[in-house]
Amino acid sequence: MRTLKFLLRKEFLQIFRNKLILRMIFIMPVLQLIILPFAANYEMKNILLSIVDRDHSEYSRKLINKFTSSGYFKLTNLSSSYADALNVIEEDKADLIIDIPQNFEKDLLRDSQSKIMISANAINGQTAGLAVSYSNTIIREFNNEIRTEWIQQPRLNSQPVIEITSSNWFNPRMNYKYFIVPGVLALLVTLVGFILTSLNIVKEKETGTIEQLNVSPIKKYQFILGKLIPFWILGMVVLIIGFAVSFVIYGIFPQGSFLIGFSFAGIYLIAILGFGLLTSTFAETQQQAMFIAYFFMMIFVLLGGLFAPIENMPDWAKYLTYINPVSYLIEVMRMIVLKGSGFADLAKHFGIITMFAVVLNVLAILNYKKTT
Amino acid sequence: MKAITVNNIVKTYTTKKETILAVDDVSFSVEEGEIFGLIGPDGAGKTSIFRILTTLLLADSGSANILGFDVVKNFKEIRDIIGYMPGRFSLYQDLTVEENLEFFATIFNTTIEENYNLVADIYKQLEPFKTRRAGKLSGGMKQKLALSCALIHKPKILFLDEPTTGVDPVSRKELWEMLKRLKAQGITILVSTPYMDEAKLCDRIALMQKGKILQIDTPQNVVNEFGKKLYAVRSENMFPLLMDLREFPQTENCFAFGDKHHLTLKEETFDISELEKHLITRGHSNLTIKKIEPEIEDCFMQLMKAHPNDE
Repeated sequence: MRTLKFLLRKEFLQIFRNKLILRMIFIMPVLQLIILPFAANYEMKNILLSIVDRDHSEYSRKLINKFTSSGYFKLTNLSSSYADALNVIEEDKADLIIDIPQNFEKDLLRDSQSKIMISANAINGQTAGLAVSYSNTIIREFNNEIRTEWIQQPRLNSQPVIEITSSNWFNPRMNYKYFIVPGVLALLVTLVGFILTSLNIVKEKETGTIEQLNVSPIKKYQFILGKLIPFWILGMVVLIIGFAVSFVIYGIFPQGSFLIGFSFAGIYLIAILGFGLLTSTFAETQQQAMFIAYFFMMIFVLLGGLFAPIENMPDWAKYLTYINPVSYLIEVMRMIVLKGSGFADLAKHFGIITMFAVVLNVLAILNYKKTT
Repeated sequence: MKAITVNNIVKTYTTKKETILAVDDVSFSVEEGEIFGLIGPDGAGKTSIFRILTTLLLADSGSANILGFDVVKNFKEIRDIIGYMPGRFSLYQDLTVEENLEFFATIFNTTIEENYNLVADIYKQLEPFKTRRAGKLSGGMKQKLALSCALIHKPKILFLDEPTTGVDPVSRKELWEMLKRLKAQGITILVSTPYMDEAKLCDRIALMQKGKILQIDTPQNVVNEFGKKLYAVRSENMFPLLMDLREFPQTENCFAFGDKHHLTLKEETFDISELEKHLITRGHSNLTIKKIEPEIEDCFMQLMKAHPNDE
């Protein structure tokens, strides 16, 4: 125990002396939580719209008004021909062209039928898809409006109609930040636990100090605990800062209990620290460790459900998320913060993450050798 | 009891392309309280032997023990009684002088105060800088700190792997004086060095080349066993002189040693003035030929010649 105490003291001395890392540990959660949720917003606003109005009628003006007043579109250009509008798209000054043909109103009144062309810039497929579907909704509404203008609806619908209303549970205003903030918190904890740990141990290899420790009577478990405990504490500190920041900036206060949240994060940290330790047993230099860590971080994040919902992934990718510990932390964070899930709801997650912790640490300890 | 016994140690390193024989059937033993030197050029296998003896590396075959403890079976006991200073200083650069020493004392379950007398000579020179970070020390100071750290738990045996490589001449001299004092305190020291002039500071030496030990003896005996007359030859044009000396039929060996060439002859009875005459006819001016006492380096060169490389 005495030896462990001295190992920990040395580790903390080094951590507190490394001003840059220390500052990063405090600045990182604050900045990431401020920037990421705003930047990673899926709601499309300000879709740049270019309109080719060849009709200049009352109806065409009405339709244009409907687009501009919807809040999703920003009219940036009125062109007289489709070719001109296409130029605007090529210059990247518009995302969508609405082409209203000549005699739009006339055709509509005479034949009860008319056509509009929508062209979207599909370089960013997601923007294009959303823009088109928003446009469709607006045009459908426009269509309904003019229909009611013409036909006096009977008191009762002649055909049965199902009216759909939806309500958004756990995040009633569909505030995207509520969804992204818990995910960013999970990411921060992972960064500290995984990258800092593996780099720290590899640094001892690089400078050769690990040789000195290896010839000393320090036991393997003491060395490993001496490395894991400081970063476990740092990870938890980052999480506390993260919760504080998300409360101050976004007013997000977990619906569920802090105790369960921190317990889960605590076990998760043990798992991810074990993974960091395992990485360090393979890497000889900090450069190698950084590269390995970066490779896994990319996969963890992209397959973690932080940005792209896991439900949208193909089956094979879904299976990969099952072996991605980060996906569990992100899910649990969301369940606790938004839904207020209790221990009973999360028992499965607790079981799985405990298994991760055991397996990863056993592998790391087996692979860590004092003698070569 | 012997302090260190090494029996038929073999160590190979295998890469995809080749297998390198780093230590080739090496055996030697070190008495308690002696300074034993492993002398040899880079790649002789010195560091591998150190790492095997300090329980950091497993040998392919053979056995070794430290004060009766086997390096494989009793590695735990060995780690308590040895001090190891690797060739590359490994200190915590971001900890201060004092913190480094304290850390290495505590992980061996001791304190600076307890064994202060052992490191006092060295540490006194460091004390004015004790709040300075180890990374900011000069090379010689770092090295003194590393030695202090290796000594602070009062090891019975000290392993110093090339402690003087890259150290200035004054610090080198100081270090050897320290080793003498440590020896006086009863600490056995195994030291390696590529510098032949340091060999005579050891009690006994093992001359090593390509993983093999060529000779083990006291430095004096090694020199005595040279058994040949040795001449130092100089002239105005040293390089043509070397060529001419090597072509001379009576020459056995001739090596360049700084500003002289060291020469041994095939027949001890050969009249050296014959050589002088020959060299003058070859156009060498300002020629001096002097009989000198051999040094360890001469012995080493002779041994290397006698044990040609396996390649």
